[in-house]
Amino acid sequence: MAKITFIQPDGSTQVVEAKAGITVMEAAKMNDVPGIEAECGGACACATCHVYVDPQWKAATGAPAEMEEDMLDFAFDVREESRLCCQIKVTDALDGLVVRVPAKQF
Amino acid sequence: MLIENPEVRDAAASGLIETDVVIIGAGPVGLFAVFELGLLDIRSHVVDILDKVGGQCAELYPEKPIYDIPGLPVVTGQQLTDQLMEQIKPFSPTFHLGERIDVLVREGDRFRLVTDAGNAFLTKVVVIAAGGGSFTPKRPPLEGIEAFEGTSVFYSVRRMDDFRDRDILVVGGGDSALDWTLNLQPIARSMTLLHRRDDFRAAPHSVEQMRRLVADGNMRLAIGQVTALEGENGELRQVKIKTKDGEEELKIDRVLPFFGLTMKLGPIADWGLNLEENLIPVDTEKFETSEPRIFAIGDINWYPGKLKLILSGFHEAALMAQRAHAYIYPDKKLLFQYTTSSSSLQKKLGVK
Ligand SMILES: Cc1cc2nc3c(=O)[nH]c(=O)nc-3n(C[C@H](O)[C@H](O)[C@H](O)COP(=O)(O)OP(=O)(O)OC[C@H]3O[C@@H](n4cnc5c(N)ncnc54)[C@H](O)[C@@H]3O)c2cc1C
Ligand code: FES
Repeated sequence: MAKITFIQPDGSTQVVEAKAGITVMEAAKMNDVPGIEAECGGACACATCHVYVDPQWKAATGAPAEMEEDMLDFAFDVREESRLCCQIKVTDALDGLVVRVPAKQF
Repeated sequence: MLIENPEVRDAAASGLIETDVVIIGAGPVGLFAVFELGLLDIRSHVVDILDKVGGQCAELYPEKPIYDIPGLPVVTGQQLTDQLMEQIKPFSPTFHLGERIDVLVREGDRFRLVTDAGNAFLTKVVVIAAGGGSFTPKRPPLEGIEAFEGTSVFYSVRRMDDFRDRDILVVGGGDSALDWTLNLQPIARSMTLLHRRDDFRAAPHSVEQMRRLVADGNMRLAIGQVTALEGENGELRQVKIKTKDGEEELKIDRVLPFFGLTMKLGPIADWGLNLEENLIPVDTEKFETSEPRIFAIGDINWYPGKLKLILSGFHEAALMAQRAHAYIYPDKKLLFQYTTSSSSLQKKLGVK
């Protein structure tokens, strides 16, 4: 189990519990976190699950793979800490993870 | 109620095609509908706004595997599309690609459909297989961008002359972005390509060509993103961009953003059909809409228990075809037959 905190653009936060093995996107959808659209259901084909990983967690979540980098081209306001959260697998090591939801998913 | 509007009749320009059925959408479900209708001697016209067939399978995940098509343990989106095209070949459907159905009105006992290119169909039956709606270019969420669309901001190039002697900004890193950068650079007053990273998905040779133009001082490549558009009355004056060196103002009067495609319901909303949350309710016997002789199959429809799966859409196509046959050939009795054993079906399939 890992606790994940989603921070909305207005500063409000939501903490959800996620089982190891699911993705951060799935954790968000199961808990109705606003602003994570995930139109393609996690196939890395839509870029509507864009989040900013808290800088402190950048190393633990790792860098996007090439397919994800390509898909990030279709997201808006992409930054250093941008990830598509359907490509982040929850592990026990990610307990405490903090991610920010962008103002818009396009 | 469906709108009856005689005015659009005259608005329709060039060709008029008279037919039994028009299928709106060439996704997997629209393609398989060609097959089911074909077995019942009904020849299809298929229209799609995309310039290729296959809908979501071909546009969104051509390389990705699908594991739940009965009898095919694994097949990619593009492979499934190719196999469907092979399967429907005997029924020689006519495809109208790169065109969107904008208008659907009743005209006596038939329907008139008009595309955005002005082509028109007069048909007995309509099959809406429109999935999540028309594939449409993504609009960057920049404040006030709508006011510039069609005058200074374009998502495709219809007329090169609109870009002659202009200060052009192309945004994106795929083939469309690179191709238009290269095509428009010779006629532009100035050309800037903006992309979020110094790495491009586009074909390597066009990237190389672009880099050569940059090296020779014929265009600029900027790494960053657009933050604001400024101008009056639809005329763009300048664009603010953010790069790693900070914010910058560029004198730009034409912008071409290329951020891929997304599905939008589009004109279907204006056809007077019952809609529930952007889906078309149908019955589960014939998959007919609130309007007799207009069917809806695949991702676009809704009924209790609906699952947005390709396999469900295939089933819907088969049942829809039975009812469509009754409308198109009211005097012909339909005999239930298997493709395995029916010599008449096999003749249609060209295997006998
Ligand atoms: C990443 C991803 C993975 C998926 N994986 C699976 C899976 O494993 N198994 C499964 O069963 N399903 C899967 N799906 C869902 C599946 O792709 C859809 O159920 C299927 O594509 C629906 O087919 P369709 O023919 O109804 O519509 P679509 O494929 O959406 O095609 C509709 C077409 O209609 C066109 N259109 C709409 N309106 C108009 C108009 N007015 N004029 C002209 N053209 C128009 C659109 O441009 C589009 O090309 C997946 C989807 C995605 C995105
Ligand atoms: S859910 Fe579509 S890319 Fe992540």
